[in-house]
Amino acid sequence: MLELVIISTLNGVQYGMLLFLMASGLTLIFSMMGVLNFAHASFYMLGAFFGFQISRWLGFWPALVIAPVAVGGIGALVERYGLRNVHRHGHVPELLFTFGLAYVIEEVVQMIWGKAPVDFRVPSLLDFPAFTVFATNYPAYKLFMLLTSVAIFVVLFIILRRTRIGLVVQAALTHPHMVAHLGHNVPLVFMSVFGVGTALAAVAGVIAGPALVTQSNMAGLLGPILFVVVVVGGLGSLAGAFAASLLIGLVQTFAVSVNLSMADIFAFAHFTPSPGTIARDVWNVTLAQIAPILPYVLLVLVLVLKPTGLWGTRET
Amino acid sequence: MGRNLLWGLAAAAVMGSILSAKAQETIKVAYIDPLSGGGASTGETGLKTYQFIADQLNAKGGVLGKRIEIVGYDNKLNPQESLIQAQKAIDAGARVITQGNGSAVAAALTDFVAKYNDRNPGKEVLYLNYAAVDPVLTNEKCNYWHFRFDANADIKMEALTNYLKPSTSIKKVYLINQDYSFGQAVRVAARRMLAAKRPDIQIVGDELHPLQKITDFAPYVAKIKASGADTIITGNWDKDISLLLKAAADAGLQVDWYTYYADAPGGPTAIKQTGLNHRVFQVAEGAANIPNAPSQEFERALRAKYDFGLLYPRAVNELRLLAAAIAEAKSTDPLKIAAKLEGMKFTVFDGGEGFMRADDHQFFQPMYIKSFGDLTTNEPFDEEKTGWGWRVVAKVDTPDTILPTVCKMKRPST
Repeated sequence: MLELVIISTLNGVQYGMLLFLMASGLTLIFSMMGVLNFAHASFYMLGAFFGFQISRWLGFWPALVIAPVAVGGIGALVERYGLRNVHRHGHVPELLFTFGLAYVIEEVVQMIWGKAPVDFRVPSLLDFPAFTVFATNYPAYKLFMLLTSVAIFVVLFIILRRTRIGLVVQAALTHPHMVAHLGHNVPLVFMSVFGVGTALAAVAGVIAGPALVTQSNMAGLLGPILFVVVVVGGLGSLAGAFAASLLIGLVQTFAVSVNLSMADIFAFAHFTPSPGTIARDVWNVTLAQIAPILPYVLLVLVLVLKPTGLWGTRET
Repeated sequence: MGRNLLWGLAAAAVMGSILSAKAQETIKVAYIDPLSGGGASTGETGLKTYQFIADQLNAKGGVLGKRIEIVGYDNKLNPQESLIQAQKAIDAGARVITQGNGSAVAAALTDFVAKYNDRNPGKEVLYLNYAAVDPVLTNEKCNYWHFRFDANADIKMEALTNYLKPSTSIKKVYLINQDYSFGQAVRVAARRMLAAKRPDIQIVGDELHPLQKITDFAPYVAKIKASGADTIITGNWDKDISLLLKAAADAGLQVDWYTYYADAPGGPTAIKQTGLNHRVFQVAEGAANIPNAPSQEFERALRAKYDFGLLYPRAVNELRLLAAAIAEAKSTDPLKIAAKLEGMKFTVFDGGEGFMRADDHQFFQPMYIKSFGDLTTNEPFDEEKTGWGWRVVAKVDTPDTILPTVCKMKRPST
């Protein structure tokens, strides 16, 4: 039991930190531009495929640096020549623009790398069990994913809270006009934040690529969860995104390992619906089976009970 | 350079016109399976395999002087999308549909084909199912136009449980399956047959997880580990088995595996990584290392062209049986082909006799239990360059695979 708890906690935190790498960029971009970037998960996918391709040519470690820079560059260009032009027409065109962009990226990825998964392997340097909890091995690569995510979180936090750049970014979040009047180049700040946000998503893509599956629907699989994280944490709140990422990572991992069902909960009352009815089916569904929809249940609950999100200040 | 290019273009144009003239003479078989998203690795391997088999048949002159043409349609593993693709295929002139991945898809397709044929007499469509093995398709939901070439889930579980019955080391079994009709059929069959054959075995877990959506099975493996299971039974296919095995390898899970589809793309690599030498079993209708000259020759030819071995001996059976039925009927009319297919006897790919039972259109053939591990010199084929390959550990002859059916076949009145 203890073994299961420890391993599940590690798995949950690791998945949560991966979510945070993506959610941080998404939530920063939202708080700056007021736009939910539907294509954010697509940049994560681009990161994974760039990482795959570059690691073919130069190896994994160069890929870990080059792929995010390249994707961040693409992100910055998208902001400069796409979003900024659309911005004049209001929020709905912006939303539609990012929505369309997600499809374009998916199609391009399918055109270049095909629709089937590509063979993105864990680098051999990290292909060994890092440590053993009781009798379960914990792969070194997962530990690497966890540590990388934590390191990036710390760096991001320090930059935003402790440096002059962070100060300007934070100010631009809430008072862009004032910041502009003070002589800062606000459009450049916007472009940089968009670029850095997408680069972070790409980092997540490169490190998740070998562990999860690198294929053209990976954006679609992760995208919805990302929005749950951002909304639950509170739109625009970095601390909220951090907490929500961990929460959802842990909830999803732990739910899988719990076999609790309504039948168990009500066992003491000796109440069971008659066999063959829908109620009976519902009765026997375990928490493990509904694990994948739990984040969405959380999303609905948060929107009903606290629409600003757990840490957010603004109405979603 | 420029002149060469010009000649090349001219040659291509001539070839193209020859091909398009010949295209009118083809027998179109629509391959409707996932070619993107979840299940795509298996879907693409299947499509290439079908095209390879068709090429071989065509090289021998085709059927009735016509070429067999395989056309791929991507159904994204979605029942609704499959119906759209089926309609598209029919509109493009296909009268034979083949599909395998996903019994939920198969249930939708068999319904669709039955209705389509009712409404369009004279334009009937055949549905050849090569891998959707939910038993209902040849029982409660049986349909005259549907022919299944893979053994159904019950037949496979019967073979697996008969094989594991004498292993006294098995005490705690963990069931993990995909949460849809097929996965549930596997789980029900496993519970029923284990209870009958080995009542002492304890079922310590009975998991259903979402179909082809999970990218990391680590939480599931942690749970399996905590349950203390010594054996896993799973019907998982494609990424759901290869990623499950990969997560097991990462966590160092040491158990025996009784599977339906451990040979899925990526599966052999993951098994090698687990280090479980001849402890991962699969029930199938064939294996590359069966000492049968014609099938080994086929295997060599396939591997010379692609980097994978034959996952679907049943696909070879399917197309060869289709060709035989067309030749015998002297017609490409599905109505006449179906009449010939019913009850047809056939020497299957890996040797031995099989037959298409007329009562329910289930094909019966010798089944094998094979295990994955190191090979002797008589076993020439390894998988995915691992050095390990499949070895047959038990064979079930055709008569012993026969299970009763509740199908009441409705035949077209002619």
